[in-house]
Amino acid sequence: MAMATRNIPLIRTVEELEKARERFREKYYSVKRYISVCGGTGCRGGGCLAVAEEIKNVIKENGLENEVPVRLTGCHGFCERGPLVVVYPQKIFYQKVKPVHARKIVLRSTMQGEILEELLYEIPEERKKVVHEEDVPFYKHQMRLIFGMNGMIDPENIEDYIALGGYSALKKALFEMQPEQIIEEVKKSGLRGRGGAGFPTGRKWESVRRAKSRDGIKYVICNADEGDPGAFMDRSLIEGNPHSVLEGMIIGAFAIGAHQGYVYIRREYPLALKMITRAIQQAREYGFLGENILGSGFSFDIGINRGGGAFVCGESSALMASMEGKVGEPRPKYVHMSEKGLWERPTCLNNVETWANVPLIINKGADWYASIGTENSKGTKIFSLVGKVNNTGLIEVPMGITLRQVIYDIGGGIKGGRKFKAVQTGGPSGGVIPESLLDLPVDFDRLTEVGSMMGSGGMIVMDDRTCMVDVARYFVNFLTEESCGKCVPCREGVRRMKEIIDRIAEGKGKRGDIALLEELGSAIADGSLCGLGQSAPNPVLSSIKYFREEWEAHIKQKKCPAGVCKELITYSIDPEKCTGCMACIKPCPEQCITGERKKPHVLDASKCIKCGACFDVCRYDAVVRQ
Amino acid sequence: MATEGTLGGGQVCLCEKVEEILDRYNRDVSQLISILQDIQEDFRYLPKEALEKVSEALGVPMAQVYAVATFFKAFSLKPKGRHVIQVCMGTACHVRGAPLLLDKFERELGIKSGETSADLAYTLESVNCVGACALGPVVILNGELEGHCSQAKADSIIKKVKGQTS
Repeated sequence: MAMATRNIPLIRTVEELEKARERFREKYYSVKRYISVCGGTGCRGGGCLAVAEEIKNVIKENGLENEVPVRLTGCHGFCERGPLVVVYPQKIFYQKVKPVHARKIVLRSTMQGEILEELLYEIPEERKKVVHEEDVPFYKHQMRLIFGMNGMIDPENIEDYIALGGYSALKKALFEMQPEQIIEEVKKSGLRGRGGAGFPTGRKWESVRRAKSRDGIKYVICNADEGDPGAFMDRSLIEGNPHSVLEGMIIGAFAIGAHQGYVYIRREYPLALKMITRAIQQAREYGFLGENILGSGFSFDIGINRGGGAFVCGESSALMASMEGKVGEPRPKYVHMSEKGLWERPTCLNNVETWANVPLIINKGADWYASIGTENSKGTKIFSLVGKVNNTGLIEVPMGITLRQVIYDIGGGIKGGRKFKAVQTGGPSGGVIPESLLDLPVDFDRLTEVGSMMGSGGMIVMDDRTCMVDVARYFVNFLTEESCGKCVPCREGVRRMKEIIDRIAEGKGKRGDIALLEELGSAIADGSLCGLGQSAPNPVLSSIKYFREEWEAHIKQKKCPAGVCKELITYSIDPEKCTGCMACIKPCPEQCITGERKKPHVLDASKCIKCGACFDVCRYDAVVRQ
Repeated sequence: MATEGTLGGGQVCLCEKVEEILDRYNRDVSQLISILQDIQEDFRYLPKEALEKVSEALGVPMAQVYAVATFFKAFSLKPKGRHVIQVCMGTACHVRGAPLLLDKFERELGIKSGETSADLAYTLESVNCVGACALGPVVILNGELEGHCSQAKADSIIKKVKGQTS
């Protein structure tokens, strides 16, 4: 806001950095209170910009501009309850805030410390209101190391980040450590790639450092092509704390000896693109990117590449091909990307969340980091907890937490009190995990053992109304569209799987279909070049493994027990339950429901197109789907 | 692929625009995708003439330009509508009923997903996750996100795109 009028301090030395930090810190803490409005994509969808606008208006009307700054921050995580507003320093947590509440929040809550009961979160089973963010069960069981700063900084203001300790890890790395030491530290921390495969980050860095480049050029890339449907932690990190990602990249570049980096970002994420562009620009202006960073002699800059909307480009070799202006097809990796990657130079590609872990490791040390998590999976992981769960949103938890803790303690259980059926992890490369494995500790190896995988961190919770054949069909559909087409087993095999599953879902399944799917699955896994093809059968194979009866019900009894597969279900109205409220008559696009007020309605199944509109509006469970 | 004649008398302007975009990226081959993205943004599709111009200016064979233009979802060789409705088909939206929503849009707009109405008023698309999973099912109308999209909300979107154009 006041940014335009003031000179931007180019920070040229370590001393200048610390002086600047002191100034920014003073400014940050000069106010006793501030209002933090979540500006993540979820809350924006809920109208948080109007809330922030109104709060600012009230502040202006009352001449409080200098006393109460408003921070439009990145995602706070609890998207389900958005728009979220937190009043600092008490951290009073308000949810589902609307512009009409602005006046009360500013004048009564912020200025007078009053707690606005009606905007507090209530723990459903205890009917107890909670005042502070950290006491909300959704937050209480988390460990927000990477995400912690999100609610406290304005992502468009680098000074907030510096005030709270930002770029101190960079200082340490540049002036107190040798590149080899940094790599050693990252290796010792046990950090593994957060993009899905879980490759040890330190080892990757080491091989890029050792790799010979014909002209000395090496690259680092931040993979922000978050393509797994159901995962959005990378977007939120970039939207909420872009400098933590940049700081990690600069440290990584210094360690491996690269002078150019790129952020490859999905085009479906316009806000994240805006934030990272702004952050890079500010980092340059303040002297964290460019020539001779902080007087260390090390030079490095970062450019941005927008993705073209292809899932396969999340794969390293496909991503680099598309950066070179080619079609995004993976290539065999007899020669690793760490030897010959982008433009045939040694290239280190890490995921957004991986980069954001780096400053933490450098600052707090490998031993501290390695004390969190399980034997082979260290640190925390951010998951997007979504689907049929009460508290949807982004969560950060230590590795090794059980699925039950995640879904019930943090997630608050299943929506509508229904029965848990499965949780899907790892997106199109992962699988479904049934109820019997709810006590499984979540880490890279455990998830792989049960036929799923960590992936980038999507956790989609499913209840008894989710059909496992339909979910498998969904992923196979996705993969049919997204297979780049280079390897025949993936291109054709996934298509054949789709045909078989379509048939099963339509009630035309045959004996032997399941065995055929399993056989095809193993052939695809063996015959594909890239990780995406190799893991493509996972959603189907894991579903068959744990939910075979449901598949058999579709094939043998021609029934969809969950009531999802259109061809296998019928809608009818239970005359016992129908109150004759007429709510279902108007939404029906085919006018196939008839009846009078207060008399049971009748649904003409011969005209029904099974759109589900009546099912959604009926408040008396009188519409039966079976 | 015909140009569909949507640019009216704007052929000159097409050339200028494309030149300007090419210059923006210093006619750098590695920026092919970015160049096509900017053309797509400006014209709402990739006109054939523009692709030829890019191929010539960058010294890249037309086959490669065409391969890239058809590989990525971001690109369309046909003009898109003035309104673009995107129904999110991410996993979270899927389990919360997105397929029924898409059915509804297809039925009531009279076009299939991926198609544009004959009067270029609206385009219906599905997208694989926009990362607003907590708000599922999600529909995006001209870049604006509509969370927890019920059938009733879908009705108002349909009204909007039809009302403003017909």
